[in-house]
Amino acid sequence: MKWLTKSYVGVVMAFLYAPILVLIVFSFNQSKSRGAWTGFTFDWYKKLFTNEIIIQSLINTLIVAVISSVVATLLGTMAAIGISRMKKYTRAAIMNVTYLPIINPEIVTGVSLMLLFVSAQSVLKTLNLQLGTSLSFDFGFLTLVLAHITFNVPYVILNVMPKLRQMDNYVYEAALDLGCSPRQAFYKVVLPEIMPGVLAGFLMSFTYSLDDFIISYFVSGATSQTLPITIYSMTRRKVSPEINALSAIIFVVVLVVLLAVNLNDARRERENRMKARGRL
Amino acid sequence: MRKHGLFSLLGCAALLLSGLSQTALAEVDVADPGYYTRFQEQGISINVHNWGEYISDGSDDSLNVIKEFENLTDIKVNYTTFATNEELYARLKGGGAAYDVVIPSDYAIARMIREGMLEKLDLENIPNRVNISSDFMNQIYDPENLYSVPYTWGTVGVIYNKTMVDEEDIGSWDLLWNEKYMGEILMFSNPRDAFAIALQKLGLPVNPTTSAQLREATELMKDQKLLVQAYVMDEIFDKMLGGEAAIAPYYAGDAITMMAQDPNLGYYVPVEGTNRFVDAAAIPVGCRQKEAAEMFINFLLEPEVGAANAEYIGYSSPNTAALALMDPEITEDEVAYPPPDVIAKTEFFVELSPEMSLEMDKCWTELLSTDEQYSKWLIPMVMMACIVASVSINILRTTRKRRDSDYVGNHRDRIG
Repeated sequence: MKWLTKSYVGVVMAFLYAPILVLIVFSFNQSKSRGAWTGFTFDWYKKLFTNEIIIQSLINTLIVAVISSVVATLLGTMAAIGISRMKKYTRAAIMNVTYLPIINPEIVTGVSLMLLFVSAQSVLKTLNLQLGTSLSFDFGFLTLVLAHITFNVPYVILNVMPKLRQMDNYVYEAALDLGCSPRQAFYKVVLPEIMPGVLAGFLMSFTYSLDDFIISYFVSGATSQTLPITIYSMTRRKVSPEINALSAIIFVVVLVVLLAVNLNDARRERENRMKARGRL
Repeated sequence: MRKHGLFSLLGCAALLLSGLSQTALAEVDVADPGYYTRFQEQGISINVHNWGEYISDGSDDSLNVIKEFENLTDIKVNYTTFATNEELYARLKGGGAAYDVVIPSDYAIARMIREGMLEKLDLENIPNRVNISSDFMNQIYDPENLYSVPYTWGTVGVIYNKTMVDEEDIGSWDLLWNEKYMGEILMFSNPRDAFAIALQKLGLPVNPTTSAQLREATELMKDQKLLVQAYVMDEIFDKMLGGEAAIAPYYAGDAITMMAQDPNLGYYVPVEGTNRFVDAAAIPVGCRQKEAAEMFINFLLEPEVGAANAEYIGYSSPNTAALALMDPEITEDEVAYPPPDVIAKTEFFVELSPEMSLEMDKCWTELLSTDEQYSKWLIPMVMMACIVASVSINILRTTRKRRDSDYVGNHRDRIG
């Protein structure tokens, strides 16, 4: 009967990955069709590198993702450490607020951020009239990054909090007792303990940022269009197989990174276990 | 350490990608090169917002219009795209984004003019406008041509697979309601185009003015729903080329692209008439670089640029100077450039009144959610059944727990 359970897992995997597999296979298809296979070619990969709009959107998406996930990780980690020190009721209240961007439908977040930026623009305009300054901002890179940081921070907090709870608080006090300054104690004791949570939060916010369409749709501007929006604009005419090629490349890169991170974690865990055994 | 590595890797990748994307440039012959050099060395940039895949961008050995413009004028172009007129309208209305050139469709332009969202063009800066054929001047969406300059035009017609459809059935919109082809018919998935087909079949104007007209059209479309395989836009390409569907209404320019790939596909404009559309370039209010924007529009009207665009996009060009440069095989193709008697039966879309717009949205939602196949009570009944089941299971569980704890309590009392 065990083959039944194993084949069930195989079926589930196939169901999950079949679309991606089809996507990758058709990136080598000779014709533009997504239904009929006419021949093997690398043309679409070559064309991808000369298609300026797609490349520019990809660069925009990557830059926004990197900046927003780094800032969100910093903010989120600091927030998580602060929240874990709060009293029970304040902590519960703050955690409820943290959950809001996750539970909220993305379209609500997107529209409200857009309205916020528009009203900020008009507030700046009246301020400029009063004070004679000339501050202003356009929808574009700045608004995109701010919006992405906003919806990424909760994911980081949610990833770091469990690690903080698992950590023994007395280890930090022991470090202080043994002569560390608070900053040294943080960097040498606390941070390595919560690092897996911080990294997981970083990866998660990077992924959400890369993937985001609805919120970016509302807050992007005339100068920085992200990749999902570019792909969406192609849908009146035809989504070119260059997108298949690009998706295949992204998939392979993500797969390699995930494998590397997981293998690294496994290796470190094995080392720790052997060290612990060695000590005993 | 790990983060530094990631940053530098991404930076290198970005540089590599942007380096690879430089292509060889051809010089464009323009009528008046002096006009284009006015803004040299000033570091100006303009924001252009256009449909996706709607400009010759250098792929397939075509002219890279944006690069040529940047080289000629030293003005940087930030090129972004949109998928529907409604999306463009929402972006302009929202007030956040600042575009210098936008290229909406006719009815969207009419609406934006009425709401004061477009700037009047300074025609002294667009001398190439003389290249536009008089057939496209003074049209109903911009009667005095003050706000827009035509970019492409086309008609909507029926694409059909000659091997799957009998020749005697074609010629009118009735083909889309023909039960012989049940399950092989595709329809537009946007309300204006879809309702226009139904209205034309009924002989009503494509711009409905009364609810009764919309109601008739909705009923007709509901009748058609069982025959329709799917309501699609871009999926039409794959479905027609793959032979999954036999009949689909779509834009002439895309029909040409499909027919080039599959000679079994044919195209006709129905006898009842059809929709003619124009996509035109306009300048929204609040743009920062009006003269640079007008320079870009003028560049689009250059004969070589117009010809390159028409050949790349596939849609018809309103630019007579560009047509002179194009391959006669294209300019005499009746699909892209139908004869005057066919044009006479076409209607432009105009902006609908707000009540009609709302009504149309409502009817469209009603159409999409109609399902004749199963009763509308199915889902509420299933939900009630689930709620009843969940409540009764919970009640049973609590009574069982209480009964068990009573038993245990009694048992303990007896022992202790």
